Amino acid sequence: MARNVSVQTKTGFTILAWAVALLLFSPILWTIVTAFKTEAEAIAAPPTFLPLTFTLDNFFDVQDRSDYIKHAWNSILVSVGSTLLGLVIAIPAAWSMAFAPTKRTKDILMWMLSTKMMPAVGVLIPIYLIFRDLRLLDTVHGLTIIMTLINLPIIIWMLYTYFKEIPVDILEAARMDGAELWNEIVHVLVPMAIPGIASTLLLNVILAWNEAFWTITLTSGRAGTLTAFISSFSSPQGLFLAKLSAASLLAIAPILLLGWFSQKQLVRGLTFGAVK
Amino acid sequence: MGSITLEHVNKSFGEVEIIPDISLEIKDGEFVVFVGPSGCGKSTLLRLIAGLEDTSSGHIKLDGEDVTGAPPARRGLAMVFQSYALYPHMSVRDNIAFPLKMAKTPQAIIDQKVDYAARTLNLGSYLDRRPRALSGGQRQRVAIGRAIVREPKAFLFDEPLSNLDAALRVNMRLEITELHQQLKTTMIYVTHDQVEAMTMADRIVVLNAGNVEQFGSPLELYKKPANRFVAGFIGSPKMNFVDGPEAEKHKAHAIGVRPEHFTLSTTAGAGQWAGTVNVAEQLGSDTFLHVEVEGLGLMTVRTDGDQTFSHGDKVYLTPDANRIYRFDAAGLAL
Ligand SMILES: Nc1ncnc2c1ncn2[C@@H]1O[C@H](COP(=O)(O)OP(=O)(O)OP(=O)(O)O)[C@@H](O)[C@H]1O
Ligand SMILES: [Mg+2]
Repeated sequence: MARNVSVQTKTGFTILAWAVALLLFSPILWTIVTAFKTEAEAIAAPPTFLPLTFTLDNFFDVQDRSDYIKHAWNSILVSVGSTLLGLVIAIPAAWSMAFAPTKRTKDILMWMLSTKMMPAVGVLIPIYLIFRDLRLLDTVHGLTIIMTLINLPIIIWMLYTYFKEIPVDILEAARMDGAELWNEIVHVLVPMAIPGIASTLLLNVILAWNEAFWTITLTSGRAGTLTAFISSFSSPQGLFLAKLSAASLLAIAPILLLGWFSQKQLVRGLTFGAVK
Repeated sequence: MGSITLEHVNKSFGEVEIIPDISLEIKDGEFVVFVGPSGCGKSTLLRLIAGLEDTSSGHIKLDGEDVTGAPPARRGLAMVFQSYALYPHMSVRDNIAFPLKMAKTPQAIIDQKVDYAARTLNLGSYLDRRPRALSGGQRQRVAIGRAIVREPKAFLFDEPLSNLDAALRVNMRLEITELHQQLKTTMIYVTHDQVEAMTMADRIVVLNAGNVEQFGSPLELYKKPANRFVAGFIGSPKMNFVDGPEAEKHKAHAIGVRPEHFTLSTTAGAGQWAGTVNVAEQLGSDTFLHVEVEGLGLMTVRTDGDQTFSHGDKVYLTPDANRIYRFDAAGLAL
């Protein structure tokens, strides 16, 4: 295990890693500092790095013009709602695929995954028309449904892989102990799969939060989420760099915080199969 | 009550027929052991009785009631798995209480029964631990505790001791036997260890390739094996078989002599068969000699541990004339 690595090599790699990380992070960092500048300073040439006059006005402007709070609330409803709804459907589905597979189970799993490879625009027209006819356009519940459907294959796949790790003996023991299907899932399967379910939940909240294509095309004012908010903000007011930065920062902040606080859980869940 | 009846039970996995046709009658309160070589279908047969697998055809009855299609939860049987299959996220107490919770037993009665089971199985000090923090033997006790609290119609054990070390296995074997004497509930016990089978069973089912070769008491199987398979399978070390002219002298296609049914001599000519000691396994109480007998091949002989032998010693064997087993060409006992 212990290998002799020279100090030079170590320092070299450390510098390289930091350089790559900074390069990747620089646009976000630029957005963060710009959000606190005045509009004039934001487009000043030569640019300043740290704001000369520190201001929070951009944030208040953004809230006044586009109602950040409403969009953020919609984002929360859609991402959390679609993930919970997805789990309710996916847990029994993954149970049956992992513990009562048939000859076609593998094919169904592949087929579900293949739907994720299809470009979304391919089904834009039919879905738009269906949504129009069912009066689901620009509604939070309509958006929640579509978000559940597009992420369902991923939820099922993730849960399926976690469930596969659970010894079937234990579920059989529960059956022998008198547990009907519902009790087996609620009292035995789910508690044992909690790490996997938690990371599935987190990942899907993030995916749904960041989803832009459907949220932008299926909503206008009322049900718009933060992705719709940011896109509506950028086009007419594109030149107001500081406000755009403030809006972007507001849009990504909640999910960045969520990711930051849950990264341990996320990594543990994602490597669950590999290390066990 | 817990009598179990199998009527022409057949089980196939897809194209492969694992159990062609088994009929069995297990009486209430009996301790029945299924033995047989690996892959012969012991676990499958047990799982059919449990309801964890569906029969392909035939009927399974519990106390005369047909349960062929009933799910395991409705059969009122308890099972102890080789892997223990404890719930890792529950304490020992909750593990044992789980079947009672599923049966919606009132909390006061649950507490009482869990305490009773813990006392019976010496688990008192572990009740609040997770299964992860227990040794193999303790885990197996918890699994048994979980099985007994519900007072099932019958217990099903699938090689429950095979993950334990030899000394613990002997202890647990005794504990399970005592438990059976105390509870008097039907038990079906799967093992491939024929010492377990002989010592624990009221009756033994010897299985081979999905067929019942013989169903009888341990001594019946030892003294009157129905065929060559059972004769070779029951008894340790294994029975010695001889065919050809030597067997024809006894008017049989093949004869069998158990290692313990020889008279052994070292005096030249003082025996029916002459041979050379190949390996001597000295256990202290007994010695197992692997003897290369002239014209008949390798034989195992059991002798007391007092005499010492070494490789190359000449020995003379006389099989006990009253204890020679005779078999016909199809392997059936004559
Ligand atoms: N779900 C299954 N699908 C296909 N074949 C199976 C299945 N379960 C068992 N088998 C086959 O059935 C046969 C009997 O298996 P079983 O587990 O009953 O053997 P066993 O007597 O318990 O063996 P062991 O002593 O090794 O536990 C084996 O050949 C096995 O491969
Ligand atoms: Mg088995």
